[in-house]
Amino acid sequence: MAHTALTQPAPVAVPTRSAWARLRASRGWAGFWFMLPTALILGLFLAYPLLKGIWLSFTNARIGRDGVFIGLENYAWLWDDDVFWLSVFNTCLYTVVASVVKFAVGLYLALLLNKNMPFKAIVRSIVLIPFVVPTVLSAIAFWWIFDSQFSIISWSLRHLGVIDGNIDFLGEPAMARACVIFANIWRGVPFIAITLLAGLQTVSPSLYEAATLDGASNWQIFSRITLPLLTPIIAVVMTFSVLFTFTDFQLIWAMTRGGPVNATHLMATLSYQRGILSGTLGEGAAIATAMVPFLLAAIGISWFGLQRRAWQAGESDR
Amino acid sequence: MSGLDRRSLLTGAAAAGLAVGGDLLGFAKAWAQTAEWKPEPGASLSLLRWKRFVPSEEEAFLKMVDAFTQATGVKITVSNESYDDIQPKASVAANTGQGPDMVWGLFSFPALFPDKCVPLGDVAASLAKKYGPWFPSAEAYGKVKGNWIAIPVSFNGGYPNYRISAMKKAGFDKFPTDTAGFLELCRGLKKNNTPAGFALGHATGDGNTWCHWALWSHGGNLVDANEKIVINSPETAKALEYVKSLYETFVPGTVSWNDSSNNKAFLAGDLYLTNNGISIYAAAKKDNPKLAEDMDHAVWPVGPVGKPTEFQLAYPILAFKYSKAPNACKAFIAFMMEASNYNPWLEAAQGYLCEPLSNYPKNPIWTSDPKNAVFAEAGRRSLAAGGLAPVSERIAAVLADFVVVDMFASHCTGREDVKGAIKNAERAATRIFRNT
Repeated sequence: MAHTALTQPAPVAVPTRSAWARLRASRGWAGFWFMLPTALILGLFLAYPLLKGIWLSFTNARIGRDGVFIGLENYAWLWDDDVFWLSVFNTCLYTVVASVVKFAVGLYLALLLNKNMPFKAIVRSIVLIPFVVPTVLSAIAFWWIFDSQFSIISWSLRHLGVIDGNIDFLGEPAMARACVIFANIWRGVPFIAITLLAGLQTVSPSLYEAATLDGASNWQIFSRITLPLLTPIIAVVMTFSVLFTFTDFQLIWAMTRGGPVNATHLMATLSYQRGILSGTLGEGAAIATAMVPFLLAAIGISWFGLQRRAWQAGESDR
Repeated sequence: MSGLDRRSLLTGAAAAGLAVGGDLLGFAKAWAQTAEWKPEPGASLSLLRWKRFVPSEEEAFLKMVDAFTQATGVKITVSNESYDDIQPKASVAANTGQGPDMVWGLFSFPALFPDKCVPLGDVAASLAKKYGPWFPSAEAYGKVKGNWIAIPVSFNGGYPNYRISAMKKAGFDKFPTDTAGFLELCRGLKKNNTPAGFALGHATGDGNTWCHWALWSHGGNLVDANEKIVINSPETAKALEYVKSLYETFVPGTVSWNDSSNNKAFLAGDLYLTNNGISIYAAAKKDNPKLAEDMDHAVWPVGPVGKPTEFQLAYPILAFKYSKAPNACKAFIAFMMEASNYNPWLEAAQGYLCEPLSNYPKNPIWTSDPKNAVFAEAGRRSLAAGGLAPVSERIAAVLADFVVVDMFASHCTGREDVKGAIKNAERAATRIFRNT
């Protein structure tokens, strides 16, 4: 016992404090209270609408009246719906093509704008113009540009003697898809270009100087220095770009309303048409909910694929 | 509805006299004294309406609103939206219980949410007593399951607009009255490089109206009177073949047209026959009198069914149950439909709008210019959305989903053969009409 008494010090008397006092003193609780408003806002404005939308997709709710639970019926109808699958195809095509081209053009512009050039500030402002024009305005402008009767492109080519009749830009499915993708690219490039430019300006010039002294070629400088250091910002910008493109609505609605014969319907526009215009909220919600897995996959690819630390550190991928 | 006594009759007569004399405010004040619906004290209303196509119509409408406000003290805020934006905004208002007190929109939109609409049977009965009966199509738009949920304020006649010289050059002295002759005319126009063109894109007004005419004129229907889907029929197949033949004569690009495309093309001289309201003519009279002189309008040709199968735009107005002033809404709707108000407003619309009731006093707008006369018949000749079927939220969904338009467009563009186009429409209708 004596040995035990020597090796185990007598317990120190801890002054008893009330639970409230302990809570007040706890840093964890302080953090909780600070976080609570944010959590409430996120729950109210982000989680609730999402969960409500998912719930609606399992009901036969219509505009103006609550529905009853019908299980997977809305999804079963969509599974067998050619227009829905066409909208899925269109959405994927639109997102992939537009995102890839926007990235390529945006990166090229960013590299260009990062060089010393005359009137740099003015050129940068001009590049931003498509982004600051309201989407609907630019969509209406493109609708005019691609109009079946009054297209400036058709008019010019006709007067140059290149074509005999007007080009049916928005009346032919493949052409209409190309037109809406072009409009999206035009609008989205500045966001990518300016964001990547911001990233490029964080790269230390000394790295380029050292590489140049070592005799590195332009491509080696780009692939070994610029790209690895830019990867984190590419991950962020492409994640947002994919999300914005995948959920695009205004451009399509103002230009084609999903036509011709649903050839440019995206999941977002079809969801609006079925849910709001047709009044079948449940079905519209099911289409919107069906977008979630695609969005998660898109985020997963761009985020986790590009965020791997080994790659960022310039090491080979595991 | 309150009974009519000698005093109210005298006041009513005085009010009518004032209106005839052009004293709108005097009429409004006299009308307000005997109005069947007394606005709630301190009431103020908001009204969402379709954006005008003819500026003078809006001016006359706002004068009417102003007179009502001065006579009753009820302030009315009027906001405008394009055709396509009325329905979604009304839907959101219906679902959230917040928004405009009254919405004045297109086709069968009140049928999307009948439970949210103030019953207007008393207003409809009062108007029918004065100016009735309602045209069958008007009644169909105003009622859901036998209850009045909206008042069909007016129709807009969407009729063939054509260039007289081009028609004559194509070998026709008069506009053809049957579908076979109509096709021949379109072929002649195409041959002379003065083509016709009808919207086959997602055009809410023009696309839906002429495509339904084409379907119904051949005896085809999406659903029958019992809402049984009957689109898969030989009549539909004939309608598809007919429209494809028509499409081959069209100016290129009609599958991408919206509701304004044909107006622009016609006024620019690229198009010689299309379906539209009187707005092309009104614009031409103002800006291009030569073109206006060379254009005229005709009723829709009759198809193999042997009777008119027109589908005209209707403009129903509703009041939402969440409104704090339902009586003020009723009073305003009744006020705007009073012939003394309605007729000057109709005249200002230059023929763009026409009456839903059969016994309104004759409006000079229909006789002042013979080219206007066709449009006066829209309410009388039109079938309601759905054709044989009653107007319902499902029929509203059929229009919003462009089921019939897409059926024709998919066949015309070669994307589907007759069977495929019908199958897709049948499937879409089954989805919309399923019992959930």
